[in-house]
Amino acid sequence: MKGFLKLLARNRLALLGGVVLALVVLVSLLVPVLPLKPPDVTDTANRFQPPFSEGALLGTDHLGRDLLSRLLWGTRLSLAVGTAAAVIAAAIGSAIGIVAGYFGGRTDNIIMRGVDMLMAFPYILLALAIVAALGPGLLNALIAVAAVNIPFFARNIRGVTVGIAHKEFVDAARLAGMGHTRILLQEILPNVIPVIVIAMSTTIGWMILETAGLSFLGLGSQPPQADLGSMLGEARSALITSPHTSIVPGLMIFVIVMSINLLGDGVRDALDPRLRSGALTRPQPATTVQRDTVPEGPGKGVLDLRNLETQFHVGPRTYRAVNDVSLQIAPGECLGVIGESGCGKSVTALSIMGLVASPPGVITGGAAFHDGRDLIGAPYADLRRMRGDKVAYIFQDPLATLHPLTRIGTQLAEAIRVHHSVPKAELRQRTITLLRDVRIPNPEMRIDCYPHELSGGMRQRVGIAMALANEPELIIADEPTTALDVTVQAQILSLLDDLRRQRGVAILFITHDFGVVAQLCDRVAVMYAGQIVEEGPTRDILDRPAHPYTKRLMACVPELGGGRRELAAIPGLPPAVDELPSGCAFAPRCDKAVAACRAAPIVLTQNGVRTVRCLFPEDATERQTA
Amino acid sequence: MGGYILKRLISAIPVLLGITVIVFLIMAMIPGDPATAILGSYATPENVEKLNRDLGLDKPLVQRYFIWLGNMAQGDFGRSFSLNRPVLDEVAERFNATLVLAGTAFVLCAFLGILAGVVSAARQYGWADKGITFVVLIGISVPSFFLGMMMILTFAVDLRWLPVSGMYAIYGGGDLPDLLRHLVMPATALAVVATGVIARLSRSAMLEVLRLDFIRTARAKGVPERGVIWRHALKAAMVSIIPVLGIQAGFVLSGAVYIEIVFQWPGVGRMLVDAILKRDILLVQGGVVFVAACYVLFNIAVDVAQSLLDPRIKT
Repeated sequence: MKGFLKLLARNRLALLGGVVLALVVLVSLLVPVLPLKPPDVTDTANRFQPPFSEGALLGTDHLGRDLLSRLLWGTRLSLAVGTAAAVIAAAIGSAIGIVAGYFGGRTDNIIMRGVDMLMAFPYILLALAIVAALGPGLLNALIAVAAVNIPFFARNIRGVTVGIAHKEFVDAARLAGMGHTRILLQEILPNVIPVIVIAMSTTIGWMILETAGLSFLGLGSQPPQADLGSMLGEARSALITSPHTSIVPGLMIFVIVMSINLLGDGVRDALDPRLRSGALTRPQPATTVQRDTVPEGPGKGVLDLRNLETQFHVGPRTYRAVNDVSLQIAPGECLGVIGESGCGKSVTALSIMGLVASPPGVITGGAAFHDGRDLIGAPYADLRRMRGDKVAYIFQDPLATLHPLTRIGTQLAEAIRVHHSVPKAELRQRTITLLRDVRIPNPEMRIDCYPHELSGGMRQRVGIAMALANEPELIIADEPTTALDVTVQAQILSLLDDLRRQRGVAILFITHDFGVVAQLCDRVAVMYAGQIVEEGPTRDILDRPAHPYTKRLMACVPELGGGRRELAAIPGLPPAVDELPSGCAFAPRCDKAVAACRAAPIVLTQNGVRTVRCLFPEDATERQTA
Repeated sequence: MGGYILKRLISAIPVLLGITVIVFLIMAMIPGDPATAILGSYATPENVEKLNRDLGLDKPLVQRYFIWLGNMAQGDFGRSFSLNRPVLDEVAERFNATLVLAGTAFVLCAFLGILAGVVSAARQYGWADKGITFVVLIGISVPSFFLGMMMILTFAVDLRWLPVSGMYAIYGGGDLPDLLRHLVMPATALAVVATGVIARLSRSAMLEVLRLDFIRTARAKGVPERGVIWRHALKAAMVSIIPVLGIQAGFVLSGAVYIEIVFQWPGVGRMLVDAILKRDILLVQGGVVFVAACYVLFNIAVDVAQSLLDPRIKT
């Protein structure tokens, strides 16, 4: 509660709204003791006095009554009636909602059907019907406004009650022999009251406005008594000659509703934890780049990634997701990047084309050379032109990565269309060919399917087809087989392998699965806590892992026909990347670690075609027994 | 698709019946003798008795309901005593005027609201976003009837750009340009609050969608940012915007009552208020049932629109 109030107070607009509202409420409470003229005494000799005239600060109305006095009395009445309507609606609506939610079943069904019927009306029709039946008058307007808001409370409170009605403490009370009434009052009600209060605070502005509206129509408060609505309604006939009589009550309604809205927004923001962390910030078209030094070009191969550093800046914290990562890929080569989840392999992949969500992602160092150009420093327009044309991506979970409301053919065609202008008929033909290339049966029919109509494997084939659309030089595949079952996984991998051999496209393959690496990759880099700890030809590393982490990671992979070898999970967890140790990041989980490992950062040392980041690499002669 | 529409229409029947029950029950709450309430205290005893017979008020409640329902099903909504013409004729005529006003306002608020919301989300925390957020906050706080009055003062009285009130000019009017000139202010005043609500919701719906994976896919394909926002993101955000459009249509229809009073628009809302003040119960009853039924049908149209957009909805 304290934290909530603090958050609320930090929101300056909400604070302003709260202060203004408190002032209005305070003044309207003090109205009877303030030195005001009586609000209903007419003085036709002094009709329509302008504001700031003698003896009448805000002027007088069409009967010569003091506007200031009428305004404050009217405000008092409007606030009272609106609040009363809110309390009545909340009490009755919540009672209905609690009963429906607690008893459930048939009771719930019948009550909620009724509530749905009431909600089928535009609210004012119901209010007008009630006023028509009961006759115009402030009390009847109050009843009407309360009645039309009952369904809102009933529905909200029912939802909350359903969630509570089956909790352990309610079951316990029932088993202890408590009656329904006592359970409702003692167990359920205290738990829903905060929700009722919040729902009331968000609707009270509406109710004040609605009662004022009915009074404005002449159906609420009757002369000489006046709330803000009827003041405005009466002033309407003199709108053109004496506009101030309309503006005064109108502005007051506006101020009250606005301050309640400001306060309500503040309450909502303070209660919604997603807004609190600023998580709803929209990602920019390309990742923010803030580099101090830039490695020299032009670089080798299809992709030359040098000293990449990518961080996430969340509030005061800095998560160093990628820490000095360098990778090279030759044309037609397949490089695997392997590691546990959270080791920075996906962030590395996404950094290359600026696809890390930003904020909070920031690339703080390094370069990615392609064709002699640094992709990381490239302006957005250039980057966009290369995306999907020269460097394409395949993502995990194809259900989430394809647009759910667009036919796959349209999505595929778009991948071509944004880079090349192709006539419509040819575009369709090329799309069908692409689908056939990734071995989707019946491509002429499938082209008009939506993603949810395809199986997971088919969807991933669409994802691959999309990556192939413009015959890129490099495909970055970010765990493309993780969401698929094993047989489909094997099909997708052999498809990728064939495509690579046929088209000579280079692949950067991100995975956490050594089996996949063995099947597809020429070389492999092992990542841990944002760093590369070992790199070399796949066969070499599989046969003779040099880094203790690699060895342990491989021990996690079950092998078919591997016998009774025990699967060894790695004890402990990777370090949090906002609190990296100064020495080897794996030291806390390594059984060979000594003091020197923890003292200072370990450098990546090269040994022929292999590199390793370890003071005590595994004995090169020790062979892994299969 | 045709089957889906039919299914939705059939499912609307219990809702429509529920509406008639609710209206009937509310009208049964009238204190005292309804015939006297309807005819006023100066009515002759013969007239009161005749009306009682006509309304079947001497019969039990349930029977009365079914008589009323049966009559309505045959297009007989009763006769308005204050206007001395069939209720249905009057309501249908007035509802046309309301449709022109509320329909224009609805198109206006849907278009401007979504536009403002998308621009606001695309330029999050930029000056456009801050400006829109501020205007929206004022827009949703201003009572539409007060706004209408201020617009009359400014644009009709001071600047003399637009006519003060009414639907057509009394002399020499009646054509489309004349209607449009009369429509500008009331439609705008009516649209303001709904525009604000739709803009707010569109903004947050867009922000939710822009964080999803398929947006990253679109960017990875090289789709220009404008396409990412207006095609990929907005299309997905519409799934949560469309239901709100349906709800806001109800608020626009409700707000039309105030606007029709302020601008002397000859619509069904003004008719209802007049009928209440004259205690013309049959006119109120018929008007409420008619408009509520139209709103239910409109919401079916909203559901159909939603199913056209989202292929995952089973039709």
